[in-house]
Amino acid sequence: MPAHLSARLCSLVLSLFLIAFALPAFAGPFEDAVAKFANDDFSDTEEAIGVVAGSGNKLAFPIISALQDGRLMADPDSKKVYVTGADGKSIDAATGEAVASVPDSASAVRLNNRLRRSVDAALGSLTLQSPDVETRLQAAQSVFKSHEETALEAVDAALAKETNRSVKTALGEARAAILLFKSDATEVEKLEAVATLKARGDQEVLALLTGMGDQPASVTKAAASAIGSIQNSLAVWSMVQNAWYGLSLGSVLLLAAIGLAITFGVMGVINMAHGEMVMIGAYTTFVVQEVIRTRYPGLFDYSLLIAVPLAFVVAGAIGVLIERSIIRFLYGRPLETLLATWGLSLVLQQAVRTMFGPTNREVGNPSWMSGAFELGQITITYNRLWILCFTLAVFAILLAMLRYTVLGLEMRAVTQNRRMAASMGIATSRVDALTFGLGSGIAGIAGVALSQIDNVSPNLGQSYIIDSFMVVVFGGVGNLWGTLVGAFTLGIANKFLEPVAGAVLGKIAILVLIILFIQKRPRGLFALKGRAVEA
Amino acid sequence: MTPHMLTRSLDRGATVFLAVVAACGILIPLSNLLLPADSFLQVPTYLVALWGKYVCYAILALSIDLIWGYCGILSLGHGAFFALGGYAMGMYLMRQIGTRGVYGNPILPDFMVFLNYSKLPWYWYGFDMFWFAALMVLVVPGLLAFCFGWLAFRSRVTGVYLSIITQAMTYALLLAFFRNDFGFGGNNGLTDFKDILGFNVQAEGTRAALFALSCLALIGGFLICRSIVSSKLGKVLIAVRDAESRTRFLGYRVESYKLFVFTVSACMAGVAGALYVPQVGIINPSEFAPGNSIEAVIWVAVGGRGTLVGAALGAVVVNYAKTFFTSGVLAPYWLFMLGALFILVTLLLPKGIVGTFNAWWDQSKEKRNAATMASAAAEDGVAEPKMAE
Repeated sequence: MPAHLSARLCSLVLSLFLIAFALPAFAGPFEDAVAKFANDDFSDTEEAIGVVAGSGNKLAFPIISALQDGRLMADPDSKKVYVTGADGKSIDAATGEAVASVPDSASAVRLNNRLRRSVDAALGSLTLQSPDVETRLQAAQSVFKSHEETALEAVDAALAKETNRSVKTALGEARAAILLFKSDATEVEKLEAVATLKARGDQEVLALLTGMGDQPASVTKAAASAIGSIQNSLAVWSMVQNAWYGLSLGSVLLLAAIGLAITFGVMGVINMAHGEMVMIGAYTTFVVQEVIRTRYPGLFDYSLLIAVPLAFVVAGAIGVLIERSIIRFLYGRPLETLLATWGLSLVLQQAVRTMFGPTNREVGNPSWMSGAFELGQITITYNRLWILCFTLAVFAILLAMLRYTVLGLEMRAVTQNRRMAASMGIATSRVDALTFGLGSGIAGIAGVALSQIDNVSPNLGQSYIIDSFMVVVFGGVGNLWGTLVGAFTLGIANKFLEPVAGAVLGKIAILVLIILFIQKRPRGLFALKGRAVEA
Repeated sequence: MTPHMLTRSLDRGATVFLAVVAACGILIPLSNLLLPADSFLQVPTYLVALWGKYVCYAILALSIDLIWGYCGILSLGHGAFFALGGYAMGMYLMRQIGTRGVYGNPILPDFMVFLNYSKLPWYWYGFDMFWFAALMVLVVPGLLAFCFGWLAFRSRVTGVYLSIITQAMTYALLLAFFRNDFGFGGNNGLTDFKDILGFNVQAEGTRAALFALSCLALIGGFLICRSIVSSKLGKVLIAVRDAESRTRFLGYRVESYKLFVFTVSACMAGVAGALYVPQVGIINPSEFAPGNSIEAVIWVAVGGRGTLVGAALGAVVVNYAKTFFTSGVLAPYWLFMLGALFILVTLLLPKGIVGTFNAWWDQSKEKRNAATMASAAAEDGVAEPKMAE
């Protein structure tokens, strides 16, 4: 292999030349420290890391990160150190000048586990003064985690210059963590540190405080009280977390059940195909998004806003059709209605399966529905938050509609006394059709929201039907407020049971509790009173 | 039950039904076992197993008709009692495998070895004895039905509410049985059966015997239902179905009647499940799915609610159609057909096949009677003023 050989020779000559050229650059503590990397001795390397990291030289960051990645090459003969970039280009570590190639005698500076920790700490402190806020914040957090004494100066330096509030807090916490573990820190400093950490009060602080080892008595005492209060606050936050999950589940249950509260609760129609109306809404969302993807990609963020009215119309129209063709023949025969609508649900599922295939269809989240934010110690995702708001909005609109519109008035009249309403000139059969259409349309809207958090498949509706009936029956038939309370009660109860009993057992427990509850109050939480019940 | 009661309680339809079931129960096993395989009249073994399954479904349908047709209780959770009976039998069959399992453990069934059970859970004790398992087939569904019914009927949960909570009951059981740590084989259920009472479950003779036994159970179940509904108790049940409050005001303890018939019905469903499992060879949690229970209700609706014969007939007809359609090119359309069946039967044929036939029969009989009376009246002039009076 002559070509290869000549290339190696060439590079050797070149590097020798470069060494000779660079010799005068040896001067100053930074350069001395850099040269120590070439000794291939762990304690020298550690010393070098400390000096380089604390030097404030702009080369410090590339050197240490190269050391971390095994890209820092040292030549033991010439005591020269090189940083090889990821792109293959190299620079002299002491001067920052570009070199054509690294000599063959150079090898990567080795690390052991102890050194890796100091490298991490050094890197952490080096990025503390990065111009990018996010990088600084992360650096401060990594110092907090490692709490190496060596980083203290860097943290102090960064703290003095820092202007951003959240970074400043993070730096303060990092400083406190370091001081807490620093053997020669004064008692006052340590007490302050404990106070700072207590203010942060999360799981990591708890770990720090419990594992801090021997400390002066006053610090131990302060730490113990801090641990107590942090544990309390964490317990509270986990309650808040469960409550939030419960609200979120409750909103989903309410959304799924609210249409049923109209068809079952107000009209008394057992609509087992209710879940399929939800599914149709979800598939409407899918179709809308498909059209937007292929024709108008810019409108994607508005896809849900377009899908909501469309889903209402599609599901509502199908609902009216069902009422006119099947359900109106079965009024007063609830058990038969149940069977017929169950059959209908099979037909609708199979129809969707034939049209869209049996597999899950992908429905995307618009940008304003993805992501999350932190609230205290818990994380709240935007899609759950929006669904909660959306559910409450739908509920409010529905309530207002029943209360203030002519159709709402007619619906209530027909529900309360059909014959009297008919005598007053209300077209009861038209009201029936519209009421059923309204319930189905709301189920369709629910489908739009549920498509954001659940798989869109032909079986989507099946998974909600039993829960929805439970909510309506639990809340009390014929009462929208009962449905609201029922949904949130079940949601929250479920989420508080889950950590104790596990997801499946929790659900079983809820079902059993509902069964027992219905024994106690056969008409639900908010039962209609009076003669209408016995009819 | 005295012979007199029996004859009184049997009308022509019931007699025909019993004769047909008895004939099937005798002739099909005989033809399967005695005739040569290439004979035109020989029933192949797979058909014996398939029809055995239908007969078990017919028993389940009968149990539903007893409570729905005669007492107005629409249970959407009867599949749960069926499955519990099936599990009781399945546990017996599992214990009979012994060392022949994959892991060869003499006590623990394969799935327990696989799931690192160190010893048999207490609720599996006794299932190595057939009499105990057979008892449990009746006791477990019966006890569940009794507790459930006692709570539900006492607090007057009726109609649709009862249907929904029975559905919740079977759904909760579905979730529970899906769990591995519940001790019933989780998702896979119980399968790989070897022996029943020392006979190989796969053998032709055992299958034929099981078929005959299923027919016998159907006949027995039918006679029990029949004697219940034609007794004085049955009249009260019908009164409860038609006007529950009025019956209560007349001084009957409605909930006791309902509880009795609900428990009997659950036991019957359990027997059906127990006979079903060895013939099908597997029992898994999907038997608890609410959809199965609702499907069983539609068998009754198709055949004719409140006719008993119709329930059994409906179960066989619908399941035959299911087998026929799902095995051919029409398979993707089966759910359309089943769904349409639900809708059309409730809309157009509310009395079911047998109910409609009975109505038509009565009507034509009345017409014939009227015709004979009219002709008699024409011959004998004295009858005319009497009629006008």
